[in-house]
Amino acid sequence: MQKYSVFSLIKNAFKGHKDWQLAWKDPTPKAEYDVIIIGGGGHGLATAYYLAKEHSITKVAIIEKGWIGGGNVGRNTTIIRSNYMHDENGLFSEFGMNLWRNMSQDLNFNVMFSPRGIINLAHSDAQMNTYSRRGNSMRLNGIDAVLLNREEVRKIIPMADFSENVRFPIFGGLMQPSAGTARHDAVAWGYARQADSMGVDIIQNCEVTGFDISKGKILGIRTSKGNIKAKKIGLCVAGSTNILAEKLNMKLPIETHLLQACVSEPIKPILDNVVTFGAGHFYCSQSDKGEMVMGGDLDGYNSYAQRGNLPTLQHVLTEGIAMFPFLSKLKMLRTWGGIMDMSMDGSPIIDKTHIKGLYLNCGWCYGGFKATPASGWTFAHTIAQDRPHELNEGYSLNRFSTGHLIDEKGLGTKTWIS
Amino acid sequence: MLHIKCPHCGLRSQNEFSYGGDATVKRPELNKEVSDQDWDNFVYLRKSPRGKHLELWQHISGCRQWIKVERDTLTHEIFKTLKANEKV
Repeated sequence: MQKYSVFSLIKNAFKGHKDWQLAWKDPTPKAEYDVIIIGGGGHGLATAYYLAKEHSITKVAIIEKGWIGGGNVGRNTTIIRSNYMHDENGLFSEFGMNLWRNMSQDLNFNVMFSPRGIINLAHSDAQMNTYSRRGNSMRLNGIDAVLLNREEVRKIIPMADFSENVRFPIFGGLMQPSAGTARHDAVAWGYARQADSMGVDIIQNCEVTGFDISKGKILGIRTSKGNIKAKKIGLCVAGSTNILAEKLNMKLPIETHLLQACVSEPIKPILDNVVTFGAGHFYCSQSDKGEMVMGGDLDGYNSYAQRGNLPTLQHVLTEGIAMFPFLSKLKMLRTWGGIMDMSMDGSPIIDKTHIKGLYLNCGWCYGGFKATPASGWTFAHTIAQDRPHELNEGYSLNRFSTGHLIDEKGLGTKTWIS
Repeated sequence: MLHIKCPHCGLRSQNEFSYGGDATVKRPELNKEVSDQDWDNFVYLRKSPRGKHLELWQHISGCRQWIKVERDTLTHEIFKTLKANEKV
């Protein structure tokens, strides 16, 4: 594989950029693999990469219905954080933060990881108390957290609405200084390029149509490009999880919902953090191109549409304008939507299933992108060792029937309620 | 914008409604022995189909009645709306 560096860039510039190799191949599927990963998004590509890198399993195929990185890894608002209260989420995400910090070097691909800090705004004394509790839990788990008062928040984001007579005055906020953003497409491409170089077959435009199962054991999959055998199969298909689960006669604690995001026209640098509104659901950062990147609530009803409806966008942007009044002057550049695998407690599932050799990675709700490296790493471990790593033991499939929920937001089974 | 025909009030815009989820899940019967598996099935497990989905909505800014809506989750086409106690 060609190494990317400033020297290779200069060398290729002199040759008119004609000698760059393809970043990954376009193989035809073999008859059999050791492991098949269904879903060529961030999590699937990362899983294949860590299977090869950490467990030396290279007879691996990634089966993708469309093109790699065309789903939620290309549709998110690129936020990376580990500001969780519960141990399971905090330790898992903080493990991921370490992978994020080294990702560009590890993948030899600039993922533009930018630890610019995230601020969750608080709008009441009660919310300040909640944030101080969450911040303390984070610090006990080795995650950086700083509780900011109103004046400290004002110094960082003076453009927010600090007037006295607003409906939701800013009381302060909880900041995780090491949180940030990254270039989302680069994450998918970086993992794909490295996985491919270690022997993983990335098979695009190939839809899984069925599974071959005998005596409770997985034997292979049926696809639009023929049948493929495999000893182990991992599902990483986010919003399409229920479609495949139906083919497996499984019912899962997951509903598929639509989440929208949008960007404004590019403007000069104004916001150098990620900021979230505490009295609703709205988050905002500024991209390197200058666009304000914004997102918020789900559309609120089951949807596979991959495009959203205006009422929700209007509602989300109303919150945005309440927080940053200057947003009302901006023109909208693009809006889009992705389909989320909303789990019933708001936390993900990375586990084995009752079918031997079949593994499940789903339920990422709003937080799939930031989990990409940790999810891939732990899912690769779960598949290779046939048992969960201690980091993802809590993300079990049976926690719903045993009552060991990880209900970070306290929303119960209605994660689509905001 | 979805336009939902409330069986009590007629065609109204989505803004007047709030969503109540899958209408096909059935609560285990009262005063009977219910296994953990049955509870799990009722509280957490969902089919979440791509295509036709029978779901509950409440006309919260209108007559406040719960209604059933049969809607396509891919195209958002609404095939049928019913009163909450009506069967498809």
